[in-house]
Amino acid sequence: MTSQRSPDAHSGDDVLIALRGVSKAYRRGKEVVPVLSDIGFDIRRGEFLALMGPSGSGKSTLLNLIAGIDNPDSGSIVVGGNDITRLPEASLADWRAANVGFIFQFYNLMPVLTALENVELPLTLTHLGRRERRDHALLALELVGLSDRIKHFPSELSGGQQQRVAIARAIVTDPTLLVADEPTGDLDRQSAEEVLTIMQRLNREMGTTIIMVTHDRRAAEHAKAIMHLEKGELAERVELRRE
Amino acid sequence: MPLLFTYSLRNLRVRKLTNALTAGGMALVVFVYAAVLMLDTGLEKTMASTGEENNVIFLRRSAEVEIQSVIDRRQASIIEGEPELMIGQEGIPLVSKEVVVMIALPGSDRSRTRSITTRGVGPRVLALRPQVKLTVGRMFVPGSSEIVIGGRFEGIEIGSQIRFAQREWQVVGRFDAGGSGFDSEIWGDSEQFMQAFRREVFSSVVVRLADPEAFSKLKARLESDPRLTIEAKRERRFYEEQSNTLSGLIKVLGITLSTLFSLAAVIGATITMYAAVAMRKREIGVLRALGFRQLSILAAFLAEAMFLGLAGWAAGLTLASFMMQVKITTLNWTSFSELAFPFVLTPRIVLQSLLFALGMGFLGGFLPAVQAARMKIVDALRAI
Amino acid sequence: MIQWFKLVARNAWRQRLRTWLTLAGLVVAILAFGVLQTIISAWYAGIDNAVPSRLVTRNAIAFTMPLPHSYDKSIRAIDGVRGVTYMNIFGGIYKENKNFFVQIAIDAGSHFDMYPEFVLSDETRRAFMSDRRGAIVGRKLANRFGFKPGDVIQLRGTIYPGDWEFVIEGIFDARDPKADTSQLFFHWDYLNETLRARSKAQADQVGFFVVDVADIDRVNEVSQTIDALFRNSTTNTLTETERAFQIGFMKQTESILVSIRIVSVVVIGIILAVMANTMAMTARERLGEYATLKALGFGPGYIARLILGESVMIALIGGTIAIALTPPVASRLVALTETPLPPLIVDTKIIALQLFASLAVGLLSTLVPMHRAANIRIVDGLRAVG
Repeated sequence: MTSQRSPDAHSGDDVLIALRGVSKAYRRGKEVVPVLSDIGFDIRRGEFLALMGPSGSGKSTLLNLIAGIDNPDSGSIVVGGNDITRLPEASLADWRAANVGFIFQFYNLMPVLTALENVELPLTLTHLGRRERRDHALLALELVGLSDRIKHFPSELSGGQQQRVAIARAIVTDPTLLVADEPTGDLDRQSAEEVLTIMQRLNREMGTTIIMVTHDRRAAEHAKAIMHLEKGELAERVELRRE
Repeated sequence: MPLLFTYSLRNLRVRKLTNALTAGGMALVVFVYAAVLMLDTGLEKTMASTGEENNVIFLRRSAEVEIQSVIDRRQASIIEGEPELMIGQEGIPLVSKEVVVMIALPGSDRSRTRSITTRGVGPRVLALRPQVKLTVGRMFVPGSSEIVIGGRFEGIEIGSQIRFAQREWQVVGRFDAGGSGFDSEIWGDSEQFMQAFRREVFSSVVVRLADPEAFSKLKARLESDPRLTIEAKRERRFYEEQSNTLSGLIKVLGITLSTLFSLAAVIGATITMYAAVAMRKREIGVLRALGFRQLSILAAFLAEAMFLGLAGWAAGLTLASFMMQVKITTLNWTSFSELAFPFVLTPRIVLQSLLFALGMGFLGGFLPAVQAARMKIVDALRAI
Repeated sequence: MIQWFKLVARNAWRQRLRTWLTLAGLVVAILAFGVLQTIISAWYAGIDNAVPSRLVTRNAIAFTMPLPHSYDKSIRAIDGVRGVTYMNIFGGIYKENKNFFVQIAIDAGSHFDMYPEFVLSDETRRAFMSDRRGAIVGRKLANRFGFKPGDVIQLRGTIYPGDWEFVIEGIFDARDPKADTSQLFFHWDYLNETLRARSKAQADQVGFFVVDVADIDRVNEVSQTIDALFRNSTTNTLTETERAFQIGFMKQTESILVSIRIVSVVVIGIILAVMANTMAMTARERLGEYATLKALGFGPGYIARLILGESVMIALIGGTIAIALTPPVASRLVALTETPLPPLIVDTKIIALQLFASLAVGLLSTLVPMHRAANIRIVDGLRAVG
């Protein structure tokens, strides 16, 4: 048992996420493989954090836990005052709908829905009317510079465009937290740069908290801070000077 | 339409061959199911419209059909004198003393003979059975060897002769009995038929009541009359009972078969939906990550399966509706007479088959949908 | 070949759930098909069982009208006639309407000589002959109602008025399993004597005569002689072979049979759709593998045979299970419905039909996927995922 880390000095109101004693292991056959052991740290509101580490270091698992799509074996994850590890499945789903935006490596758009419909999809979980949903979705697509592609199906868009639709989908509900798992992993340099710039702008102009898993240094440098994971434990945290 | 259902519906278009085959299987089941119901409805309608609600038929006690029944002249005249009977225009009670005999007529091909019901009727039969109307020619003249034929004998011309009971009978008219069982009958003068068939007795006596409510009273009085060995039944009820065996066979056989067949179609839908879930694992993961509840995922896949059922229903019912052109001719085992009845499509059948098809879709989609809903998000997202 | 077979078998086993489900569907469909075909053939059993040297003489006006009993002597006297018997369908009801079974009043003296297909012990025969009110019941009927020798049963007449009592004297079997043993036989004499007292108009009449012709070549001649004999009598006769008589009867219910036949083909269509779908999905998922095999130098024929082999194998396994299940299911069905259905016998012709149907389903369902897989371009196939 390692001792729990004390909360950072500057905690208080601007802490959005607080992890305490988070552990997670996978069972592979009879073998138990530890992925995360006793992780504890805080993420402030308005943070843009890059999670880095070699494959198998547990960075994606950590991201999934924070996003509420996976459960830790032990420990607590308090997001905006809610311990999400204690939420039942249905409430957790509602919580995700209201608070988390996702960006995936392979975009993961619904191939049978148009760009606009894809962006509209998470809004169907809100109480917005038809008209408002459409307006919100159009605005989000405008924000990522795709207003001229709203009727296109994903198969008719380039990788970079698809990822921008995915970002629009992630931000359309105005979530408190944006999680991105290798958002540039499948993109060429130029598209990757566009996507990262949009994320930076979201963080800076709208104050969206972003956590991004990446193994690409150049991508990570767009963040405000980089956190390194090694063998399921926090290795170091580097603050990057911006502006 | 909610976006999630648009998603389900559009996904059906992605794998056209697979979904067309699945819906095609269901369509065939719906076809069988609807056709059975249509046939049974047709039979029921034909039989029920044969009997008149206000008419009472008297048969010998225990006789189930007219050809088994015997009523002699003395008993017939007692019935004729009862006060409950409706009085016709000439001041004579509406009674038809009838002789029913089955005859064998050669069919269209030589090897086939048809059992045709011939009915000797009283002179006031048309007043008694208002659903029967002469459409061509005229009524037979009592006391002559003239007959009128039902609407189903399309091949027989007015003016031609038919030979049975060692006599030539002149066809003088054709009547339309509104698709009822009478349309398959030949009618002539009851006294003439008795002579020709060498019978001394009637088969049945049919009367029309002035007040339909008087039935129970009349029945109770006449059935307990020691001079009579008869049984009274409402005419409509009597004909409905005649189709019981046939209707039972159609229902039992038809429903058993459609249920059995639906099993195969449900299995087909299950296979298809399992494949759909497997193919879209990652999409399911994304939907869940976006905040869709497990129940929504379940609903989306169930909806997809039920859309398949809906498509099967539309195709199957269209196919079945062509059956309305077809008439089934068969022997009614209860009365040993030939009976023709159509396939009748009613709104009820449309609805029933819709529920049946949706049910098939639901059952077929259920297990795969549960699998989809219970998938762990992280595993689903990791799927290729 | 063994390598190929191994590959086929392992492929079939890869999507275990799908293969199980497909098998289940196949079993249901081929089983339903087999049972329906059995019902149809049972319906025609009367025709198949008809003896060519037997004639049926009935009232020329209608089957339901009787003939005078006195015709018996006249027919017997005709040259070429070896034996004559007569009978009346009784049409009684046992307790309730739904307990329908056929009762026939027979001339006990001549009946069993004419119908060697019914077997009864000498003891039963003696007991039956010596009791005027005696009756014998078929094995199937006895099992249905639990009739035992010594039981007294009462039937309510529908054609012949009143209540009638019979004493069960024994049980008879059939030599041929297809023959119907769901009937009850009793003495025509008992019927007639009672009718003389109760309902004089119906007495001394028989439903129809059955005539045994000594020389099969003279069947036509004898039947014409019989009808000619009564041409100028009050009641004309119509004589035809037992087979023609049965066919005439069948023809009238033909549309029901045609419907059942259509329906039995529909079920094959349903399973064909299911099976074709399975094979289409399977082949599509494996396009990458097929492209790999092609890249390795295997020809399109080899790939076609892989798909064909898998489909036919699954279809034949399903078909075999269904064929094995058909006889027990058919006999359960008869027991369950309690109808006067003749015994359902699954003969080799039906098994062959079922086998053929399974094979056809297996073959036809591969047409589209085989075509697609064989024509795939290696580059496209290798790119295809999932």
